[in-house]
Amino acid sequence: MKFAVNKGWSNGRARSGVLQLGSCPFPIQTPALLLTTRKGLPAFISPDLLTSSLPSPDSHLLQFSPLHFLEGISPKTISNIGGLHQMLSLHQHIFAAVPRDSIIALPEHDSTNKYGASFQTPGGRLLIKPAEYVELVSSMKPDFWVTLADEVPAWVSDKRNRTSVDRTLRWLDDCLSLNKTGTTIFGSIVGGSSIEERHRCAQEVAQRNVSGYWIGGFGLGESMDERAALLTAVTDNLPEDMPRHVSGLGLPEEVLQGVAAGIDLFDSTYVYHLTLGGFALTFPLERNKGDNADYQLSDSGGDDMKINLKATIYRKDTSPIVESCNCFTCQNHTKAYLNHLFNVHEMLAQTLLEIHNTHQYLGFFCSIRKAIEEGKFEQFRRNFVESRRECLFAAASSD
Amino acid sequence: MALKFEVLGRFNRARAAQLTLPHYLCQTPLFMPVGTQGTIKGLTKNQLEEIGCQIILGNTYHLALRPTSELIDELGGLHKFMNWPRALLTDSGGFQMVSLLHLADITEKGVTFQSPVDGKPMLLTPEESIQIQNRIGADIIMALDDVVRTTITGPRIEEAMYRTLRWIDRCIAAHKRPNEQNLFGIVQGGLDPVLRDICVRGLVERNLPGYAIGGLAGGEDKDSFWRVVAQCTAALPEDKPRYVMGVGYPLDIVVCSALGADMYDCVYPTRTARFGTALVPEGVLKLKHQAMANDIRPIDPMCECMVCKNYTRAYIHCLVTKDAMGSQLLSYHNLYYMMKLSRDLHSSIVEGRFPEFVCKFLQTMFPKGDVPEWVCNAMEVAGIDISSCCREMRFDVDKSSTL
Repeated sequence: MKFAVNKGWSNGRARSGVLQLGSCPFPIQTPALLLTTRKGLPAFISPDLLTSSLPSPDSHLLQFSPLHFLEGISPKTISNIGGLHQMLSLHQHIFAAVPRDSIIALPEHDSTNKYGASFQTPGGRLLIKPAEYVELVSSMKPDFWVTLADEVPAWVSDKRNRTSVDRTLRWLDDCLSLNKTGTTIFGSIVGGSSIEERHRCAQEVAQRNVSGYWIGGFGLGESMDERAALLTAVTDNLPEDMPRHVSGLGLPEEVLQGVAAGIDLFDSTYVYHLTLGGFALTFPLERNKGDNADYQLSDSGGDDMKINLKATIYRKDTSPIVESCNCFTCQNHTKAYLNHLFNVHEMLAQTLLEIHNTHQYLGFFCSIRKAIEEGKFEQFRRNFVESRRECLFAAASSD
Repeated sequence: MALKFEVLGRFNRARAAQLTLPHYLCQTPLFMPVGTQGTIKGLTKNQLEEIGCQIILGNTYHLALRPTSELIDELGGLHKFMNWPRALLTDSGGFQMVSLLHLADITEKGVTFQSPVDGKPMLLTPEESIQIQNRIGADIIMALDDVVRTTITGPRIEEAMYRTLRWIDRCIAAHKRPNEQNLFGIVQGGLDPVLRDICVRGLVERNLPGYAIGGLAGGEDKDSFWRVVAQCTAALPEDKPRYVMGVGYPLDIVVCSALGADMYDCVYPTRTARFGTALVPEGVLKLKHQAMANDIRPIDPMCECMVCKNYTRAYIHCLVTKDAMGSQLLSYHNLYYMMKLSRDLHSSIVEGRFPEFVCKFLQTMFPKGDVPEWVCNAMEVAGIDISSCCREMRFDVDKSSTL
């Protein structure tokens, strides 16, 4: 793996960089989005559409949880097939293994114990130990994987929080010593909502022989306000030239917060949840304060960033979701058709919408990178947050 | 008439043809996937084109409920609404009469349903069905027929057959777009050859662009099924397409093609995909079975589809019934299989090797030579020698002239 920060256009802690990993022949620009998958494939976009309908190489970063595979297919069979890339026939994609997945593998801090981390999955509660985890990951051969962590929500006791840091460090060392395949490892950093523990964990992990850092324990109950300090407590203790990956910061504002703290990689379930709910992103990708006057004020639950395709106002709307969008869905289908598909509960609705939303969100990340390169990131972030506040205020005060 | 039907090759009763429709140039025999509500379970239009779908079926009953035929018409027709550049066929809504019979009241006027959406009574008359189909705008539209289950006996079958003939005249009168949409009549008459004969004659007199054989695929025994198909295909005009509705299993399609049918539709390939079953030359493969968990072969090593070229049975096994992606991938494969079967039927007839194709098909599906009796009988009538596939030949076929 090769990672380099672009010197010369850092705005504060925000940075842009370039990541190069084994399978993917194209370099990935950061900050970048990892697409959420179930068993390695997006929830609704079939693999042929993944390669043909989404921008390259932006859409080549995929996050998956090894725990998805515990039922139904054995590590031995995965090895026999030749690993994850072969099994999914996505040879030019980058797979990042992260145990926690905010949809179907949620950390269960109550059941985690000194032996292993517990997760709540559709198949029940799972306890996974470092040795099992490393075996699972070895059979899959992802491009990089994060070490097993004990993630706790923001409200646990100080004692529990300290324990989670101690355990996570111990498991990190276990994973490192059990790793025989020489694959790329990201060290996991936790610490809940304690600045001291975040500090301590980050410093410890920074001393280990890892290729990057995964920051966990966010998106589990802390507020956005307290999070900023927690993030910088971590990133300020990490070497500048190694990639930082965070999970649990899904919303656009949260991503901007993460970028401001010096994060390079984000996995997010934003697209998945929007898609399930029938919401289509309509980001204006070039944000300009003056453009905010004509967003859609309606009861449909939409705002200037998204529309609710199930709303009856779209029944006869023969325009695409976003006129200027190049995605397969906007190039081929209308809001009226999507509205119908959602109303009759057809699977195609979600496929088409996940394509569009992924496109849009990847475009958002592209705008972030551009803003950093132009030295205008703070302004970009401020504009974005303020226009959201204006819109919500206006919606709340309308009749 | 808005179609051209040109036979390009034959083997006895079987024929391969070019069917030119307003939106697409098709090759028969062909299978039509069912996209009831204006979409086929999770597959995009590009994927459907890749798979080789030529005509897709939409259901009048469902589309009239949501989003309504008026809306589809206002937005330019179903082709435009779905953005499907090839051909479409809508059925009349008649089949729902049979499936929802306990909610329906059938009179000379039409059929009253209880709407499943809001409980209000819906009346479907021949005129209304055609009007709805005119608004939807498919290349082929189906007459409203009085369908009865083949498992019923008695005077109801005769009543339904004569009513179907009376209704065809009402359908023809109500059809406002004969230069853009082809109205097919549907032969009814249950399993009674006399009734079927009367119905065929009646429809042929009306000189319609094409004819369907209806009232089958409802639980009748296979022996009765093939005989009705054989009788109808023998009596229907040579130069017009023949569509066997609700068929079906690959084996049934091969037999009906041998007997002279051209078009088929069925929910089976996509429905069975959602239950984790894949169609393969040997029959079916149940991906849910534990045995699949470690099987690293593709579903069908000979299949050229995206799914078989990239995925193992083991991976699909871990997806099916748990992730929507599993049924998407299986639907893709199953439809590819059906369209490949259609292409193979067409090309083997055109290239003069139809009997060889049929034999190979049967040998693969019945490696022990246990080809079902009804298939042997049907092939005998079709004039195809399948002795090489059968363990023992049977000689008790009723070779009456109606076949």
